[in-house]
Amino acid sequence: MCSYIVEKAALVGSAKGRKGWMKIDTANVYFDHPYHSTLDHVLAIDFTNEGEGGRDRVAVELSADSARALVDRILAALASGEVAHATPAMPVAAE
Amino acid sequence: MSFYQGLHADVVPFRGHNGDQGEAYYAGPARAGKFPGIVVIHHIPGWCEWTTEVVRKLAHHGYAAISPHLYFREGNPGEAPDDLGARIRAAGGVADAQVMGDVAGAMAYLRAQPNATGKIGVIGFCSGGRHTYLAACTLSGIDAAVDCWGGNVVVDDPKLLNAKRPVAPIDLTEKMTCPLLGIFGNDDANPTADQVNRTEAVLKKLGKNYEFHRYDGAGHAFFNTLRDAYRPEQAIDGWRKVFDFFNRQLAASASSIAAE
Repeated sequence: MCSYIVEKAALVGSAKGRKGWMKIDTANVYFDHPYHSTLDHVLAIDFTNEGEGGRDRVAVELSADSARALVDRILAALASGEVAHATPAMPVAAE
Repeated sequence: MSFYQGLHADVVPFRGHNGDQGEAYYAGPARAGKFPGIVVIHHIPGWCEWTTEVVRKLAHHGYAAISPHLYFREGNPGEAPDDLGARIRAAGGVADAQVMGDVAGAMAYLRAQPNATGKIGVIGFCSGGRHTYLAACTLSGIDAAVDCWGGNVVVDDPKLLNAKRPVAPIDLTEKMTCPLLGIFGNDDANPTADQVNRTEAVLKKLGKNYEFHRYDGAGHAFFNTLRDAYRPEQAIDGWRKVFDFFNRQLAASASSIAAE
């Protein structure tokens, strides 16, 4: 694309980067030429904390197909995980 | 004298837009003599390793070359250029006026060197190709410009114009004062083959001094040896076209060291 088109997603979470763990509040998502990957275009995500200036980031560059597969796996993990964790804990059998 | 000769390469300070001091990657022949200068404009992802390779390649062929770091204002010395590029992208990119000021500053740096002939070329890749087209239309003192697959020279979607990029470069073509070489891959999506044709039509209509070369089997960034897009056969021929153009337009006193 060769453009500055960026999708922003507000996040609640943490990420581990060069300086260790940090809170993150934003994902900048774009599909464009990469910096590191050899692919012509990548789905890139920069996880940042814009509330703290956004200077540090945790970055990924993914192929379009693998990015779509990741979206699918994220939704699958949420679906199964939320069901599992919403299930009342089974009573522990008496020893 | 050896067939292959040495070069100097370093990160140097330069004065960019508004006199701001930034850093640039510079390389030039180590031998005595006078050399034309070339400004290398990097692509959107940033001031990358491949850009420094291009600078050294130009030096190897007898030019003093410099690539200003267009994102230097965003960071502190020593910060990774890709991190600066990410922040610049999130902020909507750099303004055309600022880039033109930085290119003018890099040109002044080259002309101030004691071994300068005073002739100056500009070459840019991807967004840097677009910036090169803009520079050819808006900056004085450029003797030759090479646009390598610059996207958005023709702007079909008005939403892509904004305060930082207010004008489609194609609309400034009448003001172009230097010869232009264009290198394009026919499989590129930005610029498309149709957009390249429309750019050429405007250059032709206005009687500009230009030459375009289009390559089958190549898309965007096909010179870039660090990408899957690299097409060695087309890239070797393309570089030959680039050096032939610069040698003619800049009258390289130092003949090219190597053919490849």
